Amino acid sequence: MKKATIQLEALACPSCMQKIENAVKALEGIEKDTVKVLFNASKVKFDFNEEKISVEKVEKAITALGYEVIKTQVK
Amino acid sequence: MQRYILKNKNKIAFLSGILIVIGFLSNRLFGQEALLKGALIIASVLGLLPIVIQAFQALRVKVVSIDVLVTIAVTGAFVIRNFEEAAIVTFLFLFGAYLEQRTLNKTRSAIKKLTEMAPESALKRTENGDFEETDVDEVEVGDVLLVKTGAKVPVDGTVILGEGSINEASITGESLPVAKEPGSKVYAGTIMDNGTIQITADRVGEDTTFSKIIELVEEAQDSKSEAERFIDRFSKYYTPAVLVLGVIVWVFSRNTELAITILVLGCPGALVIGVPVSNVAGIGNGARHGILLKGSEVIGDFSRLDTIVFDKTGTLTVGKPSVAEKEFYGENVEEALSYLASVERESDHPLAKAVLEDIGEASNYPVENTETVKGGGIIATVNGRRIVVGNPALMERENVRLNDKMKQDIARFEKNGNSLVLTAVDGELKVLMGVRDRIRPGVIEDLQKLKKLKVKNLIMLSGDNQGTVDAVSRELGLTKAYGNMLPEDKSEYIKRLIAEGRRVAFVGDGINDSPSLALAHIGIAMGGGTDVAIETSDVVLMNSDFGRLPHALGLAKATARNMKQNIVIAVGVVLALLAGVLFSDRVNMSVGMFVHEASILVVILNGMRLLKYRLR
Repeated sequence: MKKATIQLEALACPSCMQKIENAVKALEGIEKDTVKVLFNASKVKFDFNEEKISVEKVEKAITALGYEVIKTQVK
Repeated sequence: MQRYILKNKNKIAFLSGILIVIGFLSNRLFGQEALLKGALIIASVLGLLPIVIQAFQALRVKVVSIDVLVTIAVTGAFVIRNFEEAAIVTFLFLFGAYLEQRTLNKTRSAIKKLTEMAPESALKRTENGDFEETDVDEVEVGDVLLVKTGAKVPVDGTVILGEGSINEASITGESLPVAKEPGSKVYAGTIMDNGTIQITADRVGEDTTFSKIIELVEEAQDSKSEAERFIDRFSKYYTPAVLVLGVIVWVFSRNTELAITILVLGCPGALVIGVPVSNVAGIGNGARHGILLKGSEVIGDFSRLDTIVFDKTGTLTVGKPSVAEKEFYGENVEEALSYLASVERESDHPLAKAVLEDIGEASNYPVENTETVKGGGIIATVNGRRIVVGNPALMERENVRLNDKMKQDIARFEKNGNSLVLTAVDGELKVLMGVRDRIRPGVIEDLQKLKKLKVKNLIMLSGDNQGTVDAVSRELGLTKAYGNMLPEDKSEYIKRLIAEGRRVAFVGDGINDSPSLALAHIGIAMGGGTDVAIETSDVVLMNSDFGRLPHALGLAKATARNMKQNIVIAVGVVLALLAGVLFSDRVNMSVGMFVHEASILVVILNGMRLLKYRLR
């Protein structure tokens, strides 16, 4: 299990949060309860199982929604 | 293609705005109705593109977003050939989003400035002894780093070589530079004001105090109160509900105009954004003033406070004894003072230090035949005179005569909580000094401000003896003060206060009072960056500056008020619009969209006022 923090471009609308949250939660290998979208900090935090999914896949899912990924950190 | 359109959303808004203006102008000036219609159609189609894309993206992840409502509404307007409404609504929606983004960035700026202080590079010593620039992420514990004037300290560490002064504002909010020498601790994110030092890295990356503060602030600004979680749940169902309502209205009235107007009016905007905006601006203001407020829940509790408990005398006093009062008797006082100074220089008693500090420059005489009287003082011979320095008991033993005035003075000094230092020269009392731990400058005013902020009870719990505690309490006008308290007595007392129904804040340094910090509704840590304090408390005054407390409380109250205002504005606007639709025909889709966007801007601007908040 690893922890990831993805920094996005500034989020402006609250429904963005819901979109991103649902999109990330829908992915296989993500711990659903750990998904947190920080509106003001414009960050997404979540735990994931690195054997089932790569962080790049998550990034892709978010960019597909139209949000730029600026930086990703995995611990 | 999709991404290109979304990226250029702002340009599209601008373009469709121009088209609308051109269309209307040409219609006015040349009566070109066809041109107007054409311009409006192009403007709405252009403007609708990014909205449709966003709507589909949202639907794909099962969210009925505002974009969905707007897309349906605009399409509906097209169907009934109302191109004017379609164009204006799409334009307002895009333009509003642009303004929201701009203003939101402003409200977030205080915290952004803080995160931008994060160090990026470091000068690391290599194997051959040179210093080489490396990324801060590559620094490991134990590395030796060079910090030059003007550079940021890259990690938490200990100075091993050189000296200088460092501006620690990013950690403590205090801009006065702090002197550093070998052995001193330095913190990541602080700025070398002057000098060059070498440090060893103690904590790197996310373990540094600075990273922890940022992490806390970031979590805090997005933490949610019960009310916000409710709004979130509410808005999840609210938007689909509006859609359903629109459909129902259409089915029953067959009035497309009315149905699509309801879709636009129902957009939840200000309601969802209002509270987070107040939150981020309030916490940002605090962070800039060395105050960490951990989230909106904390702000709410903090603003309702009625009792503040101080954990010890040291919070309110200087923490070091000094001469607070003095009286001189008879002549040759100068001489007596130099004798006193000469005797005290030989002593390492804490009172001696305070006395010497008070006398300052004085002639030094050789001291002979020094005799220390346990629990009394010192007797010595200076310049052939017999000098007795000590407490009243020693004076009595040495048969120093005290007149009525002297006795009254002694009684008064004692009552004020002083330890007494009397000086007799050849059996005659010359100097009476009262030494005590004095009230910190400004504390009386600060407590006054707290009372004005509706804190009814100011209570001190101290480990000191009751006499000292009473004296401090009298001087400060505290509600209650208890001495001889052990840490467990303190937490017992807090429990009792809470059981009595008070809203209690506990101010402590987090060293052995964590239970009380955790028990109180609000734990306020006066921590100069100590980890325990930062973690267990709800509010942190970064550089242990008591003067920040009134600002912190005032800010919490202002922020809580601001959130309420924003909720009232948001709900009020929706109600007013709905009433407008139902009871008059002046509210159409464009007006609805305009008011909706305007209300979002109003709540953001209202939140922004908090950035400038200052306690008057």
